[in-house]
Amino acid sequence: MSRPSDAFESGFEDPRPVENPRLGPAEWLRWAWRQLTSMRTALLLLLALAIAAVPGSLIPQESADPNGVISWKTSNPGLVSVADFLQLFDVYTSAWFSAIYLLLFVSLVGCVVPRVFHHLKALRAAPPRTPARLGRLPAYRTAESSGDAERALAAGERLLRRRRYRVQRYGSSVSAERGYLRETGNLVFHTGLVGILISVFIGGGFTYTGQRIVATGQTFVNEQQAYDTISTGRFFGDSSLQPYAITLNSLTVKYETQNLAALGEPIDYTAVVTTQQPGRKPQKRIIKVNEPLSIGGTDVYLLGNGYAAKLTVRDAKGKVVFGGTVPFRPQDNELTSLGVVKVGSASPKQIGLIGFLYPTAVRKTTGALASNFPDLLNPIVTFSVYAGSLGSGPQNVYTLDTTGMTQVAGPPTRTKGLQLSPTSPTATLPDGLGTVHLDGITRFAALDIHHDPSQGWVGGFVVLTVAGLITSLLVPRRRMWLKVTDENGTLRLEYAALARGDDPALERAVADFAEEHRGELEADPGPLERVPAGV
Amino acid sequence: MTTPLDQLSVLLLLSAMGLYAVAFIAFALDLARRSSEASALADEAAQRTAVPAASGSASGGGVATLVAAPPAAPAPTGRAPSRPGRRTAARVGLAVLTIGWVLHLGADVLRGVAASRVPWANMYEFSMTGTLLIVGIYLLVLTRVDLRFLGSVITGLVLVLLGIATIGFRVAVSPLPPALQSYWLVIHVFVAILGTAFFTIAGALSAVQLVQARRERVLAGGGTARRVRLLSTFPNSTRLENLAYRISIVGFILWTFTLIAGAIWADHAWGRYWGWDTKEVWTFIIWVIYAGYLHARATRGWRGNGSGWLNLIGYGAVLFNFGVVNVFFHGLHAYSGLSS
Repeated sequence: MSRPSDAFESGFEDPRPVENPRLGPAEWLRWAWRQLTSMRTALLLLLALAIAAVPGSLIPQESADPNGVISWKTSNPGLVSVADFLQLFDVYTSAWFSAIYLLLFVSLVGCVVPRVFHHLKALRAAPPRTPARLGRLPAYRTAESSGDAERALAAGERLLRRRRYRVQRYGSSVSAERGYLRETGNLVFHTGLVGILISVFIGGGFTYTGQRIVATGQTFVNEQQAYDTISTGRFFGDSSLQPYAITLNSLTVKYETQNLAALGEPIDYTAVVTTQQPGRKPQKRIIKVNEPLSIGGTDVYLLGNGYAAKLTVRDAKGKVVFGGTVPFRPQDNELTSLGVVKVGSASPKQIGLIGFLYPTAVRKTTGALASNFPDLLNPIVTFSVYAGSLGSGPQNVYTLDTTGMTQVAGPPTRTKGLQLSPTSPTATLPDGLGTVHLDGITRFAALDIHHDPSQGWVGGFVVLTVAGLITSLLVPRRRMWLKVTDENGTLRLEYAALARGDDPALERAVADFAEEHRGELEADPGPLERVPAGV
Repeated sequence: MTTPLDQLSVLLLLSAMGLYAVAFIAFALDLARRSSEASALADEAAQRTAVPAASGSASGGGVATLVAAPPAAPAPTGRAPSRPGRRTAARVGLAVLTIGWVLHLGADVLRGVAASRVPWANMYEFSMTGTLLIVGIYLLVLTRVDLRFLGSVITGLVLVLLGIATIGFRVAVSPLPPALQSYWLVIHVFVAILGTAFFTIAGALSAVQLVQARRERVLAGGGTARRVRLLSTFPNSTRLENLAYRISIVGFILWTFTLIAGAIWADHAWGRYWGWDTKEVWTFIIWVIYAGYLHARATRGWRGNGSGWLNLIGYGAVLFNFGVVNVFFHGLHAYSGLSS
C-alpha cells in the first residue's frame, strides 16, 4: 500500500503467475509475505476495513452509547448471544476488526521498509541515462537552432538546475529528474500512520477518564474515590492523579426566549469555578462547552447540567435524618428531572423518595404535571414515598431498589404524593414519618475529567501525515531530457519528459523548458561570440 | 422565526433553482446536439474512408522554430471535433448557470446574515452551501478544462439536492446550540462541504468514465455503439479517469483535513478526539474508501473500471453519510435541525 498511489511501475509485486510445484516452508512463508505486502492485498484490506467499520454505526457501541446497548438488548433479546459472540457491541476493539487493521499495518510496514531503502538509494543516484529514442516519450518537442552544441547543452543544464532538477550530462544529452519529494512525502505519510497507531496503543495505557456531578457550592477533589465513575488505562496508578480541587461557584444557563422557532433551546452554559492546587493561590476560572479547563495534567469538560434540590428530612420528633443536595437527572428538553432520596437513618423504617422536578410546572388537562420551559420559572418538586428497607451493598444514587419497601404515598396509592415548591417548601410524610423541607433548588454541572498524555504524539504524527500526504499527491515527479544533435551546422534540439505518477502539467513543462531554452540561445550569443566591452 | 432576510434568501434560492433548471435544459439540448453531430461525423467518416489523413504539420520554418511533435498517443477525442461545434446551447447553459450561481450565492449569504453566523449549521444550510460550492467549483474547473458535457449531470444533481433540502430539510433560523459555538464550526464543516463538492465533480466524471469505457469496449470488440453516440464527443475514458483522479485528490486532502479538524473539535467539545460516534465512523469509512481508490490506480487489474467504481462507491458513502446518517442514525452529531 505504500507505492505512490499513482506509480504504475512494478516494484515488489510479482506479476508472474503463481506456480504450484513443491514449495518448502521457507518458500511458503516468502510467498505469503509477498502476498501480504502486495498492493492488491493492501487494497483489499482497506476495503475490508471500510466494510468492517459499518456494523459499529448500525448497532450501538458500548464505548459511545452504553444506554443504547442496553435498550438494543431489551428490544432484541434473541440476538444478544449472537451479537455478544461476534463482539458487535465493541466492534472497534473486536478481534476481527483488530485483525484487519493489524494485517493492514503489517502489510504497510512490509511495503514501506524496502521502499525507504530503495528511495535512499535513488536520492543518491544520478538521473538515468537518456533513452535512445526520445520521440517515444509522452511529452516531446523538437526545435532547430544554429550555434554551438556545447553551449546549448550548458544552457540546458543551467536552466534545468534553476528549475530545481537534478542534472547529469551524458555525452550530447542532458538527463534531469525532479520531485524526489513525492516519494519522500509518500513514505512520511505511511510512517506517520504507523506512528499514530503506536501512539494511540501505548498512550491508551496511561489515560483515564472520569465523571463527576458537582452541584453549585460543592467541591470536587481529584482523588479516585471522588469520581462517580472512572475508567483507567493499563498503566494507571495511584500517583497518576495530581492533587487539585474544583469548586463550582455558579452555573449560568441562557435559554432562547425571543425566537419562537427555538424557544427554550439552550444558547449558553457558563460554569464559574474556583480551582486550588498545592502551592498556588486559588484561581477563578471559567468552563464552557467548547472551552475545557486545563488543570493538573487533565482537561475538565462541562458536558451536562441539571437541577439539584437541597432537601432536609426530619423525623416525627423534628430530628434531622437527612440533609443534602440531591441531583435530579434531566429526562427531556424541558428538564423535567428525576431524583431519588434515600433516608437510611430514619427509624423505625428507612424512607425512600422518588421525585420529579418540574422547572416550569404546568398542569396538563389530564391533571398531571409537566414542565414546558427548562428554566426555573415555576419550580415544583413532587415525591412518591416508600418505607421499608433500602437494602445493603453498593447503591446507585439515581435508582431506588423498592424490593424491600412499600409505597405509602403517591400514585397509584390512595395517599397523595408530596408536592414542594419555593412558596410552600414543607410537606408532611404520611403515617407520621416526619416532614420533608425544600431548602432551595440549584444547578449541578456534570464534569468529565480526562487525562491523555498521548495527544501530543498523536498530534505530531498527524501533522507529519498531512504534510506527507500533500507532497505525495501534489508534487510532480518527472524526468526531463535534452538531446542536441549537430546536423551540418544546424543544431537539432530534442526535449522530452516522462512523468512518474500523475502529472497533468507534463506537456506544459516540456513546452516551457523548450521555450526558455530557445530564448536563452537566441538572446545570448555565447561567450565566444560576445564582443568584449570597451573595444 | 422567519425574518425578512430569510424570506429573501428563500426567494433568491428558488430563483436560482429556476435558472438551474433552465441551464439543465440547455445542457441537455447540447447533449442532443452532440448526438446528431456525432451521427453526421460518423456518416462523413464513412464517406471518406479512402482519403488519407491530410498532413497538418507546417513545413519547417526559420531558425529555431518550435515544431510540436505529433502526439505519441492518439489525440484525445472530445476536445475539438473536426468541425468545431459552436455549442450555442452549452454557452447559454453556462451563462444561465453563472447567473443562477450568483443568486444562489446571494441566498446563502443572506441566510448567514439572517442567522448572524456561518450558513452551514444544519442540514438545510449545509445543502445550500454544499450545492453552491459544487456549482462554484464546477465553474472554476471549467475555466481550465472543458467539462461542459457534465453540465446536465451537475445541474441535475444540484437541483435534486436543493429540492430535497428545501422540501425536506428546511428549518427556520435558530440560534446555535452551545456545542456548535466554536470557530471549528467554520473550519471543520466548511472543509467538509468543500471536500464533498470536489468529490461530487469527481464522481460525475467517474460515472461518465464508466459509460465511456463500456462504449470503448463495445467498439474495440467490433460492435457499434449507436445508442449513445454522443459519447464520441466526450473525452476518452482514460482522460476522464485522469480528470476524476486529479479532482478526487483535492477532495481527499480536504477530507483528511475534515477528519483531523473534526477530531480536534471533538477533543474540545466532548473531551476525546476519537470516539467512534456514528458520524465519525462514516467519515472514517469514506476516508478509507477514497484511500482505496487512490491505491486502486496503482494496482494491476484495478485501474480503469475498478477505480472508477470505487470512486462512485466513495461518493455513495458521502451521500449516505449526509442524507441517511445525519437523519436516521443515533449519535452525537445530531445537528440536522430536524425534530425526530
